[in-house]
Amino acid sequence: MVFTAILFFIAAIGAITGAIGVVMLRNPFYSVLALAFHLVSLAALFLLLRAEFVAAAQVIVYAGAVMVLYVFVVAYVGGGEQLTSGGVLRVLGPLFALALAIELCIAMLGAGLKGVSSKGAAFVPGFGSPAHIGRLFLTTYLYPFEIASILLLAAAVGAVVLARRRRGLEPDEEAGLRVSVARPAYTGTMAEAAGIRPRGDESFTAEGEPVTERTGSGHEGGW
Amino acid sequence: MAIGWYLAVSAIVFCIGAGGVLVRRNPLVVLLCLELMLNGANLSLVAFARMWGNESGQIFALIVMVVAACEVTVGLGLVVAIYRRRLPIDVDELNELQG
Repeated sequence: MVFTAILFFIAAIGAITGAIGVVMLRNPFYSVLALAFHLVSLAALFLLLRAEFVAAAQVIVYAGAVMVLYVFVVAYVGGGEQLTSGGVLRVLGPLFALALAIELCIAMLGAGLKGVSSKGAAFVPGFGSPAHIGRLFLTTYLYPFEIASILLLAAAVGAVVLARRRRGLEPDEEAGLRVSVARPAYTGTMAEAAGIRPRGDESFTAEGEPVTERTGSGHEGGW
Repeated sequence: MAIGWYLAVSAIVFCIGAGGVLVRRNPLVVLLCLELMLNGANLSLVAFARMWGNESGQIFALIVMVVAACEVTVGLGLVVAIYRRRLPIDVDELNELQG
């Protein structure tokens, strides 16, 4: 009992700290890391609520896949954010959030629901297990399940359409990609492995060692 | 722990997310704060599922996670598209649709 309470407070403090970190940190990359921490703490809370499958999905899907996507986009777009300038919203936003928090707490804790102050219904073995969730998904909640899969498909197609390049590469990007780095001979192209010398490399090796000597040693060394 | 504690945590997380959506200007961080709001709602759904001893709330939470994943993919696609067009990545500057 005490153990559960300790676990709850650790997880709850972790979740709230992570949430505050997401909002407060200036660097988007650190915000993403704070969100990952928040998600893992929330998964611990789910476990305390006997939602094992939801907790596992939270860690794997959210803290795993979605966060990797975020990290990639933050690394691609990059850039911190200049400090928030003044404005009505910057002042009213936190006030609104505080008012909302107070209102929600009053609404939920003062609702007079008997269950709110209880520890929940009697625990049935297997509650929240993948078997139960899967059975519900394929019987009672079949339509939401199918609609969710269609939604995922639409989102995947939409993301590809949104993020693709419109007319091939941008000119400067193209120039950047075409820079060929000087590479020592016989370091790993397939043509070289087959003993064929690519013609483009001759200009490079001409200033280095003679080509003929390299070819000879390459054949002697073999595989 | 009583269910009310979980509900209080979910309310706090939701409100932190709502405040973040209003205050932050980077669309990436706005998306992160949206995730916070969805997660707060998720926590209360799972808590109510525990309260009633009924797994429907957990099903709902899983569907919310699917919706969140969709929102993230589309939102990040938009951010990448904005970045490609060399537009400022700032929700205050992106006001072309404003009437």
